[in-house]
Amino acid sequence: MRSIPFREALREAMSEEMRRDERVFLMGEEVAEYNGAYKVSQGMLAEFGAKRVIDTPIAELGFAAIAVGAAQNGLRPLVEFMTWNFAVLPLDQILNTASKMLAMSGGQIGCPIVFRGPNGSAGQLGAQHSTAFDSLYANIPGLKVVSPSNGYDAKGLLKQCIRYEEDPIVFFESEVMYGDKCEVPEEEYYIPLGKADVKRAGRDVTIVSYNKMMKVALGAAAELEKEGVSAEVIDLRTIRPLDWETILESVKKTNRLVIVEEQWPFASVSSEITYRIQKEGFDYLDAPIRRICSADAPMHYAANLTALAIPDVERTVKLVKEVMYSKK
Amino acid sequence: MQLIRQFELKAEEMYKMAGKIRGFFHAYVGQEAIAAGCMTATTPDDPYITAYRDHGLGLARGISPNAAMAELYGKATGASKGKGGSMHFFSFEHKFFGGHGIVGAQIGTGAGLAFAEKYKGTNNVVLCFFGDGASRQGILHETFNMAMTWKLPVIFICENNHYAMGTSVERTSNVIDIYKLADAYEMPADKVDGMIPENVHESVARAVKRAREGDGPTLLEMKTYRYKGHSISDPQKYRSKEEVDDYKEQDPIQRVLKTISDNKFATPAEIEAIDNKINTLVEASVKFAEESPLPDDSEVYKDVYIDQNYPFIVD
Repeated sequence: MRSIPFREALREAMSEEMRRDERVFLMGEEVAEYNGAYKVSQGMLAEFGAKRVIDTPIAELGFAAIAVGAAQNGLRPLVEFMTWNFAVLPLDQILNTASKMLAMSGGQIGCPIVFRGPNGSAGQLGAQHSTAFDSLYANIPGLKVVSPSNGYDAKGLLKQCIRYEEDPIVFFESEVMYGDKCEVPEEEYYIPLGKADVKRAGRDVTIVSYNKMMKVALGAAAELEKEGVSAEVIDLRTIRPLDWETILESVKKTNRLVIVEEQWPFASVSSEITYRIQKEGFDYLDAPIRRICSADAPMHYAANLTALAIPDVERTVKLVKEVMYSKK
Repeated sequence: MQLIRQFELKAEEMYKMAGKIRGFFHAYVGQEAIAAGCMTATTPDDPYITAYRDHGLGLARGISPNAAMAELYGKATGASKGKGGSMHFFSFEHKFFGGHGIVGAQIGTGAGLAFAEKYKGTNNVVLCFFGDGASRQGILHETFNMAMTWKLPVIFICENNHYAMGTSVERTSNVIDIYKLADAYEMPADKVDGMIPENVHESVARAVKRAREGDGPTLLEMKTYRYKGHSISDPQKYRSKEEVDDYKEQDPIQRVLKTISDNKFATPAEIEAIDNKINTLVEASVKFAEESPLPDDSEVYKDVYIDQNYPFIVD
């Protein structure tokens, strides 16, 4: 099978759906003439023209609002944020308008829109370019939150969002994944939302993660295997709705759960998983559920502090050993 | 205009005297000429969007008094199934896109409605309403800039009723003439006496014509006045009774009645018949709202997602 970078998988998803449906258009900063700040939309202006691939001024609140209004009036916008850190400005439109209009109008006015872009840290970018927002958006009823870890899933999930989802979507990517290559079939496919993927089967412990922290989860599982520990690794893929049933089924087998995520710890995705699994699977647990999050602090610039702030393989392995009550 | 006036007065009575309506409640009394003049200058296909002072425009647009009153009562038969309340009237059928509670947010969303009309190649023009308070929000400037750059078919109508809640226009900016904000984006703009429906009509008709011809947006600042407080709980200590009375002298409904009488457009008996009909409609709307059922408890998880299989977290 051919192997393509993550950014190309996203581009194929958008382009295929834009060829299918005239109502779909792409809007954002530098998406057209510059070919995308991270080259996700490279070549799309040439194919679809300026009517459908639209450069905006640096006015995230304003252009998000225009896209939301367009969605409520019959179009299916794709909005690219250069980073989700800039999307704090249009949070009002996403939270107060896009997510609530269907309810406020008693079901009359929906908002089929996809907001997408890179999320979380990407090296030494300092405090204001490094926040991961998955758990914040996952708190909001009316939205669906997607956070893929690889190009194959990203393409199938994004196509699903554009074509079949009628509700507003928040879609998280990562600057440091755009170049990652992945096997992606030529044939068209869709991946339904709300379904986690068991990436690696195991017996002794369950590790749950998503987005780029999947690399840490899988890296830890590989290390643990060398020491005879069999870890099952689950990629959530969708944060809201959360596929807790898949986690529960795994925990019934392994009786131990570790969650690896890039969120700040307070009311994070791991908090929600922990609540759900203790409620639904209390009798199956042989150890407290543990997690590794981002440091409970803004991201500092210095190389050592940046490295300390986000989960890594070494600390994940150590945490797994703790829930295994391993002496080693 | 008379329907809006009588509806608002009755609704306020049911709020204050009967306690049947709760939540925030912002009356349109005094501003009716704007709704009337805009309606005669547009078609049923032109989308409207406004802020939370939305009863008047909703009624003008075609929401029935029954559906409007039932919405205020929070009943299942309301314009938004009782889920919106006073601030969130909607009618997709009448191209009335709400009813928005975050000051200024609908300026951007309204431009988005216009973006869609242009994209789809229709000839429709969006009327996007906001107050003088909203004109100080950042989204106005971002939206004006893009609406002009992309020549979106939208008329921005600032209903300047002089007070952002309790803060007068003079206290919110160095620029008192709100229509001049358009200058920064080279957007055509006009100052209109919003107490005179004919003036409203003429200014909107000009702007709509320009928008339909592809020349983009216009800002119209309509000077108007609300006789009631910002909301129903406003003690109005920021303005004098004399000021309110001065504006009541310019009452748009009395002005229209005088025009009708001077020109003999209708006899006093015909006017009385209209008033009686309106009173009957408004009284009937109270009865309708009273007798309508509350939304079923199961509605709490409905209209949150179009996806009917969404697995809500219920514990």
